[in-house]
Amino acid sequence: MNNFLFRLAPSLFGVLALVTWEVIVRLLAVPVYIIPGPLAVLGAFARDPGGLLVSLASTLLVTFVALLVAAVLGGSMAVAMAASRLAQAAIQPWAVALQVTPLPAIAPLIIIWVGDPFTSLVVCATIVAFFPLFANAATGLASPPPELGDLFRLYGAGRWRTLVLLRLPAALPYFLSGLRISGGLALVGAVVAELVAGSGGFASGLAYRILEASFRLEMPRMFAALVLLALAGIAINYGLGAFGRMVLRRWGEA
Amino acid sequence: MLTIAGVGRRFPTGTEALRDASLCLNASDFIVLLGPSGCGKSTLLRLIAGLDQPDSGTLTWHAGHTPTPGDIGYVFQDATLLPWASTSENVFLPLRLRGVTRHQAQSDIGAALARVGLTGFENARPRQLSGGMRMRVSIARALVTRPRLLLMDEPFAALDEFTRHRLQADLLTLWRELGCTVVFVTHSIYEAAFLAQRVVLMTPRPGRIAKEMNSPLVPGPGKRLDPAYAQLVADISQAMEAALR
Repeated sequence: MNNFLFRLAPSLFGVLALVTWEVIVRLLAVPVYIIPGPLAVLGAFARDPGGLLVSLASTLLVTFVALLVAAVLGGSMAVAMAASRLAQAAIQPWAVALQVTPLPAIAPLIIIWVGDPFTSLVVCATIVAFFPLFANAATGLASPPPELGDLFRLYGAGRWRTLVLLRLPAALPYFLSGLRISGGLALVGAVVAELVAGSGGFASGLAYRILEASFRLEMPRMFAALVLLALAGIAINYGLGAFGRMVLRRWGEA
Repeated sequence: MLTIAGVGRRFPTGTEALRDASLCLNASDFIVLLGPSGCGKSTLLRLIAGLDQPDSGTLTWHAGHTPTPGDIGYVFQDATLLPWASTSENVFLPLRLRGVTRHQAQSDIGAALARVGLTGFENARPRQLSGGMRMRVSIARALVTRPRLLLMDEPFAALDEFTRHRLQADLLTLWRELGCTVVFVTHSIYEAAFLAQRVVLMTPRPGRIAKEMNSPLVPGPGKRLDPAYAQLVADISQAMEAALR
């Protein structure tokens, strides 16, 4: 019974919040162009589900391609750093510089320089998603205790075998944790890039739908797009979390 | 087997970890390096293993004893197992690093696990084992290559006393069966008196060898109850106090 209640608690809380929200906007007669009630938001979604879902698919495509690119780049750069101290000295400051650069400041430049809208959105989202993957992978590659490194040396293992048999497996949990963080960040990066691109006339993605709706004061549609974004963020977080647990269970750690 | 002559080691931080250490290891010796923290015991062990190089002095392997990978087994204070690998995969590691296939290694892995009493735990992961069992896996991993020299750096320090006593007795049995040379580091006088044929007392700042003492005791399960064991503990304690003065 207790367990059942705990599972049900988030849904019950959500329903209670929505009902309260609807009651308040109706009782206070809040205009729909300021705060629409949940039913108005649902109605806006029901009037054009196709348009919003196609935009969501566009945003998710950018998100996942960016996440994949960030995973490959972050992972391989961390491995390069682990393999060579020279590579570490060369890469680390630039990776940190990339992390602290605000995307809204450089997104317009990237969109102009890259040209192709989809590629430029992917580049922007990749920049945001890159650092947690890179930093976590680098931490994981350096995580084995020095005694294990000594043991590998004692049995004559070279750097390559030490990397493959010790450092890469040790980095896996860290990398998966970074993947989960970067999944959410890739979505944020995609939305920010879409907002910048959308204000420049590139019509694609949920962020553009949000911009479009705000220009037209279609607040229910704007909220519907926001809800879809939030749901996508939750799904990405849970999905990558479940993926990580599945991999680690096979790996023997979870 | 190995002659260590006037060996010194100073770390880049400026700490002099070891000064003018001389020691002779003979085949089938059981030597215990005994001393307080910071007296260079682990440094000496790493120098013997070739994991570090001395700044002064020499380590000379006698003819026919120059080690190749696998001739030296090393057991650390922590079991340092691969958490993602099963017991048998962990024991297989040294052979794998030497290019032996799993199929070829199967009987050696089974024999090493049997020696430490872990038959039946081949597929267990380290997190499923107790601290004592993890240390047994670590010892099996060190034994799987049939080393001529086994180096052990405070391997039982983190274990409870009951497990420690059992593992000490098992280690003596293994040593008698295998006939390899053991160099064992500890800061426990009781452990040194129970295990050693020869106790090497070391003192800190800088780490030095202060004295060598031969044990008059015959290794065996009843050793702890032997009055000579209590006498040896007292002798080592006195010698240690004198060395530290």
